Amino acid sequence: MTQAALPADSRLATAQPTRLVHQSPGTERLFAGTVKAMGLLVLALLGAIIVMLAVGAWPAFRTFGIGFFWNPVWDSVKDVYGAGIMVYGTLLSSVIALVLAVPLSIGVAYFLTEILAAPLRRPVGVVIQLLAAIPSIIYGMWGFFVLAPFLADHFILDVADLAAPVPGLNKVLDYGSGNSVFTAGLVLAVMILPLITAMFVEILGATPVVLKESVYGLGATRFEVIRHVAVPYGRRAMIGAVMLGLGRALGETMAVTFVIGNATRLSPNLFAQGSTIASTIANEFAEAGFGTMKLSALLGLGLTLFIISFIVLAASRALVAPRAVS
Amino acid sequence: MSAQSARRKATNAVVATLASGAAILSLGLLASILFTLVARGLPALQWRVLTVSMAPTGEHGGLANAIVGSLIQVAIGMLIATPIGVLAGTYLSEYARGSKIGDATRFVSDILLSAPSILIGLFVYVILVATTKTYSGIAGAVALAVIAIPIIIRTTEDMLSLVPVALREAAAALGAPKWKVVTMIAWRSAGAGMLTGLLLALARVAGETAPLLFTSLGNLNWSTSLAKPMASLPVAIYQMAASPYEDLVQLAWAGALVITLGVLAINILAQLTIGRRR
Repeated sequence: MTQAALPADSRLATAQPTRLVHQSPGTERLFAGTVKAMGLLVLALLGAIIVMLAVGAWPAFRTFGIGFFWNPVWDSVKDVYGAGIMVYGTLLSSVIALVLAVPLSIGVAYFLTEILAAPLRRPVGVVIQLLAAIPSIIYGMWGFFVLAPFLADHFILDVADLAAPVPGLNKVLDYGSGNSVFTAGLVLAVMILPLITAMFVEILGATPVVLKESVYGLGATRFEVIRHVAVPYGRRAMIGAVMLGLGRALGETMAVTFVIGNATRLSPNLFAQGSTIASTIANEFAEAGFGTMKLSALLGLGLTLFIISFIVLAASRALVAPRAVS
Repeated sequence: MSAQSARRKATNAVVATLASGAAILSLGLLASILFTLVARGLPALQWRVLTVSMAPTGEHGGLANAIVGSLIQVAIGMLIATPIGVLAGTYLSEYARGSKIGDATRFVSDILLSAPSILIGLFVYVILVATTKTYSGIAGAVALAVIAIPIIIRTTEDMLSLVPVALREAAAALGAPKWKVVTMIAWRSAGAGMLTGLLLALARVAGETAPLLFTSLGNLNWSTSLAKPMASLPVAIYQMAASPYEDLVQLAWAGALVITLGVLAINILAQLTIGRRR
């Protein structure tokens, strides 16, 4: 801004570009080139990630074929691998998380925007945003030391007792352990709860006040205003927020690894130990030496996870995701 | 009052009750996490946690090497990520509006932003660990940088797009070349917001565990060599929490408390940076 302080008359009189302009074509090109190079670097980075995962996973795909994506086999002894068990665990735990977290988030967001006393809304909103920033390993430890023992003592046996006489249901809710796919889903739900709630609060708060007031003026209740004005107004953004939460749950490693039991077998029982793609990679990587088939299979798992999370991102963009950070 | 009106009011009351119930349940769950963290972490948070390196069970170890390792890797990661993220974000905001490459870069940055962090760890493993045949602190730092870059790009672009066009035009009308408009007008106006983005990225990578598991691996001993396996607080917590020894588990809770306080402090700082600007 120092140029603004220069005497203006001389420049006006000559009506020529300032000396600055003459000095700088080189700098201009350099700066423009540098920022563009950084943009291209980011493009190349993603390309490199995909290529590296694909190259690393190639031996596994060559040996096990395209069926690697869905074969439910993971046998380190026979050196036979497929992603089926982990894909199932990943999708199941994430679906459980969404089924639990989304209704709760809607309730909390409604409470924060409509019921809570106005002076408290901003502080509580900030607290929720802070909770969303807590490292996932903390959620994992809480799940492992607090939630899993609690579920084992007070929940799983009782539910399994209730479900036992019901054919079908007794396969899904069978006797199991505190560390299970269900527990993983529950921990994921608690983890994405602040994330989704914070976005819901922002979306509901973005409804134009005029729109809401005019409906209040017609005699609508709070619930009716939210249900018929705010939610339809922010529906696309809310779906995007849910998809963002889903993406976070699908790829989460630490919160899941602690509580899922890391068993590589397929079971319809929600209370059985299982594994997700991320938990398997975290858990078994140490056992896989350089250049082994197991390492290749783990990289294949990584590629599978990448494809799944890309599909979720593409779907959420199609539904117009909100631009939210953190 | 008509029956319909009574029913509508009843529905409203039921929904309010359910929402309050959801809020109480959710806050209760989250309070349980914070309570557990403080109740188990605080008693274990002794001076030696910060001054002594990790040790096997029964030998009164601390977390000093893990804390220092984390600081080193996070600092180097942010040093790598900041220029790349800020310049790429500037490119998207100032130079690539409407261009195909710009749209592609923005899309790719979004993919990176949503990519599971463990995949970034796998990627860095393949390019830096498998090639050098050793886990290393620098590999951990690079993994953290790759996670931070899309966060910085996103906030930089968003903050720059808030700078009024009139401000840029005023500078350009004075004859300032574009690079000066960008660096002296746009960057300065958006400075606080961009700083917030850097702080959020910092808070995010400081708590990351998964990408470090097979890049810097962890190290029981004091080591500041970037070419060797390096300890980090999240990985140390993970290893000790999963151990069967009560003293190590306690130390893990102390570490969990330290890292949570650190991450929350950075986030509060970020909130204040935004607040000051408003």
